[in-house]
Amino acid sequence: MNALTLWFHRIGSPPTFHRIAGVLVPWCYAIGFVLGAIALYGGLVLAPADYQQGEAYRIIFVHVPCAWMGLFAYFFMAANAFIALVWRIKLSEVLAMASAPIGAAFTFITLVTGSLWGKPMWGTWWSWDARMTSELVLLFLYLGVIGLYHAIEDHRQAARAAGFLALVGIVNIPIVHFSVNWWNTLHQGQTVRLLGPSKIDSDMLWPLLLMALATHVWFFGSVLARTRIGLLELDGGKDWVRAIALAEGTRAPGATHG
Amino acid sequence: MKAGSTLGACAALVRRDLTLVWRRRGDAANPILFALIVVALFPLAIGPEPEQLRRIAAGVVFVAVLLAGLLALDTLFRGDHEDGSLEQLVLSPHPLSLMLACKIAVHWLTTSLPLILVAPLLGELMHVDATLRWLLPATLLLATPLLSLIGAVCVALTVGMHRSGMLLALLVLPLYVPVLIFGAGACNAAQAGLPFLAPLLWLGAALVLALVLAPLACAAALRISLS
Amino acid sequence: MPNSDLHERPALLQARALTFARNDEPVFGPLDFVLHGGEVVLIEGDNGAGKTTLLRVLSGLLAPTSGEITLRGEPLTLARLSPQVALLSHQSGLKRELTAIENLRFAAGLLGVRSGLSPTSALAGVGLDGYADVPVRQLSAGQRKRVALARVLLAPVGLWLLDEPYANLDLEGIRLVNRLLENHANRGGSALITSHGAYAYTSGTPRRIPLRPGAANRQPGIDNLLNAGAEPSGAMQ
Repeated sequence: MNALTLWFHRIGSPPTFHRIAGVLVPWCYAIGFVLGAIALYGGLVLAPADYQQGEAYRIIFVHVPCAWMGLFAYFFMAANAFIALVWRIKLSEVLAMASAPIGAAFTFITLVTGSLWGKPMWGTWWSWDARMTSELVLLFLYLGVIGLYHAIEDHRQAARAAGFLALVGIVNIPIVHFSVNWWNTLHQGQTVRLLGPSKIDSDMLWPLLLMALATHVWFFGSVLARTRIGLLELDGGKDWVRAIALAEGTRAPGATHG
Repeated sequence: MKAGSTLGACAALVRRDLTLVWRRRGDAANPILFALIVVALFPLAIGPEPEQLRRIAAGVVFVAVLLAGLLALDTLFRGDHEDGSLEQLVLSPHPLSLMLACKIAVHWLTTSLPLILVAPLLGELMHVDATLRWLLPATLLLATPLLSLIGAVCVALTVGMHRSGMLLALLVLPLYVPVLIFGAGACNAAQAGLPFLAPLLWLGAALVLALVLAPLACAAALRISLS
Repeated sequence: MPNSDLHERPALLQARALTFARNDEPVFGPLDFVLHGGEVVLIEGDNGAGKTTLLRVLSGLLAPTSGEITLRGEPLTLARLSPQVALLSHQSGLKRELTAIENLRFAAGLLGVRSGLSPTSALAGVGLDGYADVPVRQLSAGQRKRVALARVLLAPVGLWLLDEPYANLDLEGIRLVNRLLENHANRGGSALITSHGAYAYTSGTPRRIPLRPGAANRQPGIDNLLNAGAEPSGAMQ
């Protein structure tokens, strides 16, 4: 326990985290890109066409992993918000706020791809089915967290307030899901089963799972990159940031113009 | 030296807030007026056929009450924050969550209760189904305290911001979705002759939970906003 | 004031290496001081020196960035502090729509009443008898300050934190504040008051804590360094 706390404190200190994350980010992006490319090839080329939906179903190789990531990012954000609020760890505040826009982007992609899929399947861009509605509410939760974070001037106070909202939202997510399902049974007729419990061919399954893995790795790369920037902003006046800035300044004097 | 009792402090707070509402009683009619306007716009927008209006009556009244409540939420802490009495409340030796629960209760009593009282009238404007004449206000009686409690947590997070209106709506509406679904859903189910007790029981259960948790969450949120 | 035995009792309030920063910009500190019972201490500083922020940190409303505050030797928490402190801040904490006496009655209900005082006598104590039933919105700024002072006077607490108690007051009002502070100290109460120096607490031998603006000891920011080291525009932008 003691060793664990110690380890956490060392990793959790901004300069150490900044250095380790700097090493990890390119690897995450590279692995995510390669895995994603293989998964896309498997899904778009190798996998057989669906006997019911034809070629159009292939959008699930983007849609479904993004939907999973939208939820995963929310849990990741809420877990970090909890740590930040209870133990006041600065790194967790930054991690939580770094994951919010990424999760919102995944949720947005889910909505767009779902709508693109809906056009050939249901003949309409939007259907108020339970899952689409839940995703929409999830997107609003994300936007609320991001909006609150940017509306408060003090970064740390903003992160705490937005993190608190994220925690309130995580209680809300299952309730929304439950209520929307109930609402859908009340208004029968519009329900369209996208991906039933039907057996899925293994040729379709492995690209899907590989894509899910790729999005996870990519997500962590993206979170780490955003967290590095967040830490630099937050610790702007501290010695370790000045050291980095001076090193950058001598290495490439005047290379970039803002 | 005599420290005040917590019960006495609650009574003093309730008395003060009620007095304040009474001194500004002209503003008290605003939510009602707003809900009336929203409801009146629907027949103008979709046409006056009673059958069509009857089908959407419960939903429209629910949305109108929800929006009017959202509009009134802003006043919950604004005045107290501006004149500094909110920080005096935080510094008082009594549990902040209990004090806030009192404030939320007074706020509900003076903004939502009048809305529930005019709900039958709003329903009549929409040619509401006869089965809903009593069910609609009863459902609102369960749903509006829930809306006030959830809303209070979000207002506490935006306290001290100058133009928080749009942001508050963004924070609050995702949290309001289940309440709206169960509340309006119960009315729609009853209108369709389906069983409607289950969503009402869910609302009741959520209300009990929120009565305990929301004041605590509100106090925690307020401490974050005031820091 | 019996200065000799002051230091034998445990300190009422003690701050060690206290700092507060907003967005990593230091507002004040590091600051060390001790406040004993029966003592009035004046915090002096220019505008922007962080006097108001310091009082809010000491009242428990804000958490310090670093350093520690102890209350009677134990770490300060809002729960331990709140029954013992009265804060007078820039905002009066009064309701404009209520009369002076209604405001004080609410304060009495919320915080309790110092023995021997009542809302009416507290109002008389700040020279406002006859104004009991006037809505606060019709009072002048100085009169509002007096009502707010009456609220502090009424609260059954030992520690007063007064932010600019002399602001908006006439000479008579300044003398009133000094008299209130003197009585409070003689009762064994203590007070921390801020002032930018124009008027000061004169009776007794007040201790002064000078507060320098946090900006004075701020280190050069990242942009300045970059600009000094390289081309005019910072690489971080």
